[in-house]
Amino acid sequence: MGSFFASRRGLVIGLAIAVVLFFLSAFVVPEEEQAVVLRAGEPVGTVNTTTGDTNAGLYFRVPIIDQVRRVEKRLLDLEMNDEEVLSNDQQRLLVNAYARFRIVDPVRMVERAGSTDGVRAALEPILNSVLRQELGRRTFQAMLTAERGAALANVRANLDRQARQYGAEVIDVQIKRTDLPQGAPLESAFQRMETDREREARTIRAQGSRDARIIRAEADAESARIYAEAFGKDASFYDFYRAMQSYDATFAKENGNGAESSIILSPDNEYLRQFRGRR
Amino acid sequence: MNGFTRLVKNGGLWMAGKRNSPWGAGRGGKAGNGNDSGDGSGPRPDPTPPPGSSGPRNPWLPPESGSSGNGNVENIFARGRGRGGGGGGGNFRMPQRPGGKSWFPVAVVAIVALGLGATMFHVVDAEEQGVVKTLGNYTRTLEPGFNISAPWPIETVDIVNVDGVRAIDIPTSDQQAKLILTGDQNLVDLSYVVRWNIQNLENFKFELVEPIETVSEVAEAAMRASVAEKTLDETFSGQGRAEIELAVRERMQRVLDGYAAGINILGVEIDKADPPGEVVDAFRDVSVAEQNADAARNQARGYAQQVLAQAEGEAEAFNKVYEQYRLAPEVTRQRLYYETMERVLRQTDKTIVEPGNVTTYLPLPEIRKRAQQAPSQGSSATVTAPTKGGQ
Repeated sequence: MGSFFASRRGLVIGLAIAVVLFFLSAFVVPEEEQAVVLRAGEPVGTVNTTTGDTNAGLYFRVPIIDQVRRVEKRLLDLEMNDEEVLSNDQQRLLVNAYARFRIVDPVRMVERAGSTDGVRAALEPILNSVLRQELGRRTFQAMLTAERGAALANVRANLDRQARQYGAEVIDVQIKRTDLPQGAPLESAFQRMETDREREARTIRAQGSRDARIIRAEADAESARIYAEAFGKDASFYDFYRAMQSYDATFAKENGNGAESSIILSPDNEYLRQFRGRR
Repeated sequence: MNGFTRLVKNGGLWMAGKRNSPWGAGRGGKAGNGNDSGDGSGPRPDPTPPPGSSGPRNPWLPPESGSSGNGNVENIFARGRGRGGGGGGGNFRMPQRPGGKSWFPVAVVAIVALGLGATMFHVVDAEEQGVVKTLGNYTRTLEPGFNISAPWPIETVDIVNVDGVRAIDIPTSDQQAKLILTGDQNLVDLSYVVRWNIQNLENFKFELVEPIETVSEVAEAAMRASVAEKTLDETFSGQGRAEIELAVRERMQRVLDGYAAGINILGVEIDKADPPGEVVDAFRDVSVAEQNADAARNQARGYAQQVLAQAEGEAEAFNKVYEQYRLAPEVTRQRLYYETMERVLRQTDKTIVEPGNVTTYLPLPEIRKRAQQAPSQGSSATVTAPTKGGQ
């Protein structure tokens, strides 16, 4: 082993120096990142930018003098806190939005904002105020629905204009939450929902009893028609027929009449005509 | 690159395992990717070669140095190492002798070989794909099957389940329910599931910082926008729900495609759409009211059926009798009359009073008493004898 080193000392030392130098100057830019090479604070090159023609991979710098600043290449998100926004019909709404942005000019970003967090810090108040302006121009209803898309397009365009100064491009702005703030607005919404439902319940019950009445009346009318159609064929016979039924119903016990009936007959009674032997 | 690669190989052998190497490669985990389900971020340990089954055929390895069972790898590696001429080449024949030589270089070699084996061979399952980064630069995507790559740190491989369906619950179980505003400014308590998988692994890995987070944020935004286009009642109805689900899915796909996220939204399912807890009683009362109304209608219908049936029955009975009556009016009339009288008088007390000059004492109380005493003794008849008044 010793003899091995002795015989090729020069080679070994040379190799060692080469290896050390290599590790001092080489740097790897992964696919997810862009890199800006700063020489004494001045940008001298970029790697793997969205617009440039270099890819990620292994690159070399002058050791010590050159510094490599790594910048996220992927889509970044900008969150904001819940904000209360006043619509133009004086309704309060709790809004939360997010923006998605990308660093397209890492050199400018490094110079002006330093880091992606710097960009976020710069953009967040802008997003806030732009969103406020856009939504505040609209009615509560419009905030919720149809004009959302247009409003967001405006917000995105505005924010994008500002973001360009920091070398960022805003891809998209989305409203994540639109809620009623706690307290009075929420309570009154609940109350409105409750009274709506109570009214609905009352209406439904009223409709039910109305329908029931109509159904009963129709049935009564229909049965009257049926009776009239049948009995109207011979009114005098009906009179007789119905009278017979009626006697059955009122006098006959087998029809479930509880009370005993006593009948006093006059001999002149039609029923006793034969009984008295008269014709 | 070739000479360079060899250089790196040599260096790499020495540097392998050194944490302070300036190589950026090999950082698998990315911020914001740790909370996902199943996204194996970072190079996962490859199942091949299985450790522990030592290959005793290898002449310069001790049997107990748990080397990989892949003797070939070792041999290739060993030969490569011998040719490479890096330091330590002289140690090759040392372990062969039981002359008290150190096992240390052998152990180093074994560990390096293991590391190489683990980072060079990759089995990609059917539902998986792998992205290969060569010195940080994305170069290719591994398809299912057995794949070989250059060892770490030259190439890093990240194998991810692509086809597997991932589901995100919103709100998540630890979140409290979020009320969503409907178009008619009511609130609804919605929970839903978004099912998705990876459509394009390259985009998924390299376009978004937080892909999983992004999916749920986009879902929330899309859901709110879609619900805001519906009335409260529509969100409760099956059809309205289906429309919302479809709208959310399309919206999400559009937005994510705008981000080039490489994500496929397979479906959005609303688990439940309820009124907020604060007003649930009022909503229940509405369904109670519906039931009440239905009950009232049903009762009325019952009454109607009864009345009509009775009317039809009676009319039909009358018609039948009337047909007979028309055939023989007088006789039928008489018959009916007598039949009825029989039925009636059979069951009643009868008193026949002869009209005329005799003032009759009607023993009404007596009659009543008798009627109460023996209601079931058939009929008692009180008949005053008829006078032959006419003769």
